[in-house]
Amino acid sequence: MKTIRKQRLFLIIAMVAAIMGAVAFALNAFNENLMYFYSVTETVNGKAPEQQAFRLGGMVVKGSVKRPGEGLTVFFDLTDYQSSVTVNYTGILPDLFREGQGIISTGRLNEKGVFIADEVLAKHDENYMPPEVAESLKTAKSQAD
Amino acid sequence: MNPVMKWIHLLGSPPYFYRFSGKLLPWLSVLCIILFVWGLYGGLVQAPADYQQSDAFRIIYVHVPSAWMSLFVYVTMAVAGAIGIIWHVKMAEIVCVTSAPIGAVFTFLALLTGSIWGKPMWGTWWVWDARLTSELILLFLYFGVMALYRAIEDKRMAARAVAILALVGLVNIPIIHYSVEWWSTLHQGPTVTKFDKPSMDASMLIPLLVMALAFQLYYCIVLLLRMRTELVNRERNSKWVNDLVSP
Repeated sequence: MKTIRKQRLFLIIAMVAAIMGAVAFALNAFNENLMYFYSVTETVNGKAPEQQAFRLGGMVVKGSVKRPGEGLTVFFDLTDYQSSVTVNYTGILPDLFREGQGIISTGRLNEKGVFIADEVLAKHDENYMPPEVAESLKTAKSQAD
Repeated sequence: MNPVMKWIHLLGSPPYFYRFSGKLLPWLSVLCIILFVWGLYGGLVQAPADYQQSDAFRIIYVHVPSAWMSLFVYVTMAVAGAIGIIWHVKMAEIVCVTSAPIGAVFTFLALLTGSIWGKPMWGTWWVWDARLTSELILLFLYFGVMALYRAIEDKRMAARAVAILALVGLVNIPIIHYSVEWWSTLHQGPTVTKFDKPSMDASMLIPLLVMALAFQLYYCIVLLLRMRTELVNRERNSKWVNDLVSP
């Protein structure tokens, strides 16, 4: 390779590397702001903002979904398998909302430590399978237990 | 020089490239149509419904290939741009500038289908999480490349400027891919593009891979067509183009 071409190749590699480095530092500095939600443990330990609304993510505890009365109000517990928090929401839940499923909810904590949600979004996981496979996995798991 | 290098050099000559791509295109088109029919039939008819999302998951057969292609086209564009700068290969410059609108369409398709799926499944059309935001930035990068190329009169200068912009934006590609692992996002983690076994049943995965291949071929076809147009336009005063028009 001729020297001038080598020089240009080196300059381009240096440029891309420098930009990658700069962006890596910037993203590292803004890491917390890039997190879309707080976990349940962070919320319970008081790491989440107290005065303003924030997003809380976790799994809906099995058997915890309760609907007092006829309306759209629903209570359920969220967990990250370490701690749990009760969520109160009034509104339409997304299709994928169900017990044992991950969700992300926007709202704020009240004085009693109950999370008053304005919005509930379902978080889908990366698993795709036909219902029969899911069923057989479930039976295999219950037999193992 | 070995025969392969010789042939690559030959491809750099516009008249040879024009003739060669003209012969290649019908074959690619037939193969692409076969793969699309196979992939769509496999995905929309044969594949079983998902255990949680039932039939709504089928949008994956458009969403995921477009998202993969949006990244692939960008990397192709940046690498071709770098080759154009370093070795002054005219054909590489043309690959770089003609890829941008195709990549933008794939990105738009990924964002649109994701949004349509997100409304019933997540409960929202759009959120500003790391994955969605970085993919939107990718769309703007493509727009930037397209606008910059049109803004500069001298097309060889324009191609060089565009290549630099494409290389600067390259930093976004790993960010998009790893966004779901580095930060907590609403978007789910990777199903197929990871070192583990894919978290997808084979009956659903095979049509997805066929569709990915069909999208790849579609990109090749549209790229070749756009490159031919760009070549003829740039060399409209040369002898081989005149011979082409009036034999």
